[in-house]
Amino acid sequence: MAAKSNLLNMALCLTLVCLVCSALLGGMYALTAEPIAKTNADILRASVNAVLPEGGELSEAVPVEVGGQASEYYVSKSADGTPAAYAVKSTTAGFGGPLTVMVGLTPDGKIYNTSVLSHSETPGLGAKCTEDDHFISQFNGFDPSQKILSVKKDGGDVDAITASTITSRAYSLAVKNAVEAFKTIKGE
Amino acid sequence: MEYFLIIISAIFVNNVMLAQFLGTCPFLGVSNKLSTATGMSGAVVFVITFATLVTYLINKYLLVPFGLTFLQTIAFILVIATLVQMVEIVLKKISPSLYQALGIFLPLITTNCAVLGVALSVVTKEFTFGGGAAHMLNLGESVVYAFATAVGYGMALILFAGLREHLELNDVPKQFRGIPIALITCGILAMAFMGFSGLV
Amino acid sequence: MSKRKLDIFTKGFFKENPTFVLLLGMCPTLATTTSAINGLSMGLATLFVLVLSNIVISAIAPVVPDKVHIPVYIVVIATFVTILQFAMQAYTPDMYKTLGLFIPLIVVNCIVLGRAEAFASKNGIVDSALDGLGIGFGFTMALTALGMVREILGSGSIFGWKFISGDGLLVFIMAPGAFIALGYLMVLFNKIAKKN
Repeated sequence: MAAKSNLLNMALCLTLVCLVCSALLGGMYALTAEPIAKTNADILRASVNAVLPEGGELSEAVPVEVGGQASEYYVSKSADGTPAAYAVKSTTAGFGGPLTVMVGLTPDGKIYNTSVLSHSETPGLGAKCTEDDHFISQFNGFDPSQKILSVKKDGGDVDAITASTITSRAYSLAVKNAVEAFKTIKGE
Repeated sequence: MEYFLIIISAIFVNNVMLAQFLGTCPFLGVSNKLSTATGMSGAVVFVITFATLVTYLINKYLLVPFGLTFLQTIAFILVIATLVQMVEIVLKKISPSLYQALGIFLPLITTNCAVLGVALSVVTKEFTFGGGAAHMLNLGESVVYAFATAVGYGMALILFAGLREHLELNDVPKQFRGIPIALITCGILAMAFMGFSGLV
Repeated sequence: MSKRKLDIFTKGFFKENPTFVLLLGMCPTLATTTSAINGLSMGLATLFVLVLSNIVISAIAPVVPDKVHIPVYIVVIATFVTILQFAMQAYTPDMYKTLGLFIPLIVVNCIVLGRAEAFASKNGIVDSALDGLGIGFGFTMALTALGMVREILGSGSIFGWKFISGDGLLVFIMAPGAFIALGYLMVLFNKIAKKN
């Protein structure tokens, strides 16, 4: 069935196949690079918008250090150009791996809303940090100058998700780091 | 300290086989005898560590600088296949006794998805260890991670082979014999390993 | 469709079911079936690669030198996998995120290389395409079934529609549940297969 093997046709065949395949992939890459970039940008924009009050002109990403790591934040400006809200991206170590949270803050330093960008928590336990209303909504309007951003077990004011203390801790820390970063952004 | 955490995490907490399901086919295939399981474990440790070292370097100094990361999958699998062949040839010449022990397992390893899985993970994923910051692994960490992952795989394989040898002697209902009971046993072993989660 | 062609197409459903009978491709079977929809998606992704690689390999097999046929097949398979990867990243980013590493790992799924080696390299294009479709469907069915069982027991929902409030038996959507559920499904499959 298959052709006879000698050095020439083996080398020729492999080279040819690799060339054709790389060319095909290069083409496909060029073709999908734009849609992929657009999809990723849309997802990011949606996650930023989800944690900020509606309306307002969104800025480009600004680099900032959050919790000792390079990260970024976005500013939403109202019609007259004054900053209406900030969204800070913050990553900490969760139970199963990195936990990245987008934290929306109003200029007075209060938290507006938070949402999870990516996580690898246990399904049904820690993964509830993306959907547990009671857990997520307690951060809405949270005032870090009045209350402490750590779980109740550690003497703070955050109600942990049942059976997922480590995830709740990581989430609280991510929000706390974002608040700290926000202070440096505001120049306090 | 960091390296210690990587090792504990890769062997126990995120065991490549019992928590991430990589390399299940050979796991079920060669785990019915303790001696073959030991041979396979040795070969896997060798190949995963070596393959990760090479693919990490290729990715960093060849694919990324030339903007060819879209060839990652293709390049990695070819490197692994070539590497396995080379290891086989070299081993045959240098250490016939080791070749005797590992030789028959080497060709099987190319399609062990743990090898490609680990090689791809270390160049595409961010890791956190022991509450430290999330980051991409550097060369040293990658190799240690790969080695520890492979050791974890080998350990699961040997543990499981031990269990299966005992299983053979038991009176198992007919429909459960062979793979089904092996899978259920494996589930219980995975449950035991869940006890390690949250350790680091 | 002739009897023979029908046979090639349908043998993957039951007689040579890749998951339950041939025990191939266990890694994605266990790892991606946390819900019915995830299992279905992984099955379809594999089906896509399987059919295309079978077609191309059956077309080029006669001119590929014998000694390099495995590397050539792997390159062909890896190409289709990467194409799929880009397409998913662009158009179904959520699913791509969920299946993650297991999309590139289709390359080392023994089913794909196994069919290339055992069937596509020896048969015509149409037969190979049918074989890929049949085996791919068998794989998809097995993954969807396992995903359904795990989702019903583990989260009390089916295809995302929840029928109990609160949690299910969480262990079934974690690693141990995958092994146990597959073990019992296999017993059930053997039982039914025995009767026929």
